[in-house]
Amino acid sequence: MTPADTLRFASRAAAAYPLRTALMVLAMSIGVAAVVVLTALGDGARRYVVDEFASLGANLIIVLPGRTETGGVNPGSFITGTPRDLTVADAAALTRAPLVHRVAPLSVGNSEIAVGGKLREVMVLGTTSDYAGIRLLDLNQGRFLPPEADKQASAVAVIGSLIRKELFGSEPAVGRMIRVGDRRLRVIGVLAPAAKGLGMSHDELVIVPVATAQAMFNTNTLFRIMAEASSREALIPAQRQIEQILQARRDGELDVTLITQDAILGTFDRILGALTLAVAGIAGISLAVAGILVMNVMLVAVTQRTGEIGLLKALGANTTDIRNAFIVEALLLSLAGAAAGYGLGQAGAWVIRLLWPVLPAWPPDWAVIAGVGTALATGLVFGVMPARRAARLDPVQALSRRGG
Amino acid sequence: MAQIELAGIERTFTLGDSRVHALRNIELAVSAGEYLAIMGPSGSGKSTLLNLLGLLDRPDAGHYRLEGRDVTALSGDEQAAVRRDRIGFVFQSFHLVPRLSAAENIALPLMLSGMPPAERDARVARALHDFGLESRARHRPEELSGGQRQRVAIARATIMQPAMLLADEPTGNLDRHTGQEVTELLEALNAGGTTLIVVTHDPAMGARANRRLMMEDGAIVDDVPASDPTR
Repeated sequence: MTPADTLRFASRAAAAYPLRTALMVLAMSIGVAAVVVLTALGDGARRYVVDEFASLGANLIIVLPGRTETGGVNPGSFITGTPRDLTVADAAALTRAPLVHRVAPLSVGNSEIAVGGKLREVMVLGTTSDYAGIRLLDLNQGRFLPPEADKQASAVAVIGSLIRKELFGSEPAVGRMIRVGDRRLRVIGVLAPAAKGLGMSHDELVIVPVATAQAMFNTNTLFRIMAEASSREALIPAQRQIEQILQARRDGELDVTLITQDAILGTFDRILGALTLAVAGIAGISLAVAGILVMNVMLVAVTQRTGEIGLLKALGANTTDIRNAFIVEALLLSLAGAAAGYGLGQAGAWVIRLLWPVLPAWPPDWAVIAGVGTALATGLVFGVMPARRAARLDPVQALSRRGG
Repeated sequence: MAQIELAGIERTFTLGDSRVHALRNIELAVSAGEYLAIMGPSGSGKSTLLNLLGLLDRPDAGHYRLEGRDVTALSGDEQAAVRRDRIGFVFQSFHLVPRLSAAENIALPLMLSGMPPAERDARVARALHDFGLESRARHRPEELSGGQRQRVAIARATIMQPAMLLADEPTGNLDRHTGQEVTELLEALNAGGTTLIVVTHDPAMGARANRRLMMEDGAIVDDVPASDPTR
């Protein structure tokens, strides 16, 4: 029997029982579609988080005051109880690290902003001119904080796009005076909208020189320091240099925490990647169930067609011919199921993307390949046993059955 | 040399804990082109003998030589090849594949032999013509009459031009008139040189054969040429 004949014979057999074939294909396609849709969801969530972090800016090292790690007892523990604050001088010192490209101190506080008769709560961020470069901020109008304002409490401000919209409406904002807390500041720039990062939106921010913010909130400590390494490869060595500089400035005690965006990103990437795999595994169970269904259906087919198998044997079919015909039939059912499931899954992912546009719910390539591959493999594996049973049938007994 | 030679054939079945001796010490020689009827009561071993001749069953003891070759020792797949090339079967219940058309049913042995489709189609077209089935070629078995079904089955059995035709009650499911036609068709094939071995209950059909084997309890009790004047 030639392969073409085997294929034709098997497809005719599959087509001869349309209800059985349709149900089988449906079961298999649900399994494959489940894998495709669930991994699309999982991978979409992973991509969403990764994109959020990536918008923080590249090669970023964030310095937080205080040691959040449990490092056991060290000599420093007995000397000081509370961590030292981060200061503008610390930030300035970090610029001496060779692998650190830019540094921006961050001082944060809540205040009120007033223009004309309008008043609203606002978050004030005190920083330096390098912040725009580190956080990849674009300006719609005007300019960002000038470098000459880094050291002095200039009365200038850069406002977020939403603040501009709410307070100025359609009027021009650059050059206007605003009151923030008890200070009068001149607006020198407006940020472009949609500059976001981890829920803290720049759209609702007022950015002022760090000295201005510290004077406004009557403090000389920093919320944190953001440093940018000169390259991605320099991230780890730059981190060590920052630690050395800060340790030297703190009598040998390192009471700061350094977070790299890479580390956060890597962790989330791993957690959500594992989640996607787990979800794919659960969906895979439905594929295994579909595989057992293939076996069941093929076993019924063998019983149903016992007479036909006996006849084929009498006409000179050898065991290979009969085994192949049944395996190919099982494979065809799985293949149709896999194709239908792939289409169904892609449609499902499309619907998810329609309903939640922020979620990039595209099924990952590996999941599609694994889903369709598993469907075919289960069809093959679970098709072998019924096919062998068919091939082993005794022709005399098979022929004596009615039907077929 | 005889086409078929059976020597010392024994076949027993185990049914529950009792053993049934289906064939006892069968000795038989059939020459090419003979027309043989195997007759006897139910359970006498006729069908078992036919299955054995058709290589669908193996004897427990003895030897079966087909065209000078001992076929009892062949493997299952080698026997399948012999069945395909040398033996044609006609069954009482026709045994047509219900989802295939008449032409496709006839083409089955050719397909199993791996013949290219073009050559296959030509042979099937000739067979359809020879058996008067041209207008029924694309019909499925359920759309055919009993006589037409058996003609399709005979066309399928002879498409490989086998050395012998084995027919198990070929007219058992047909009315008298159609049965007569089918019998004549088989006899015409026999006249063309094909050995014809028919298992039948029907004495009228048995009487038409050139040679009759009477079986009882798994043994051949009588072997008579039809022309024997003493019967």
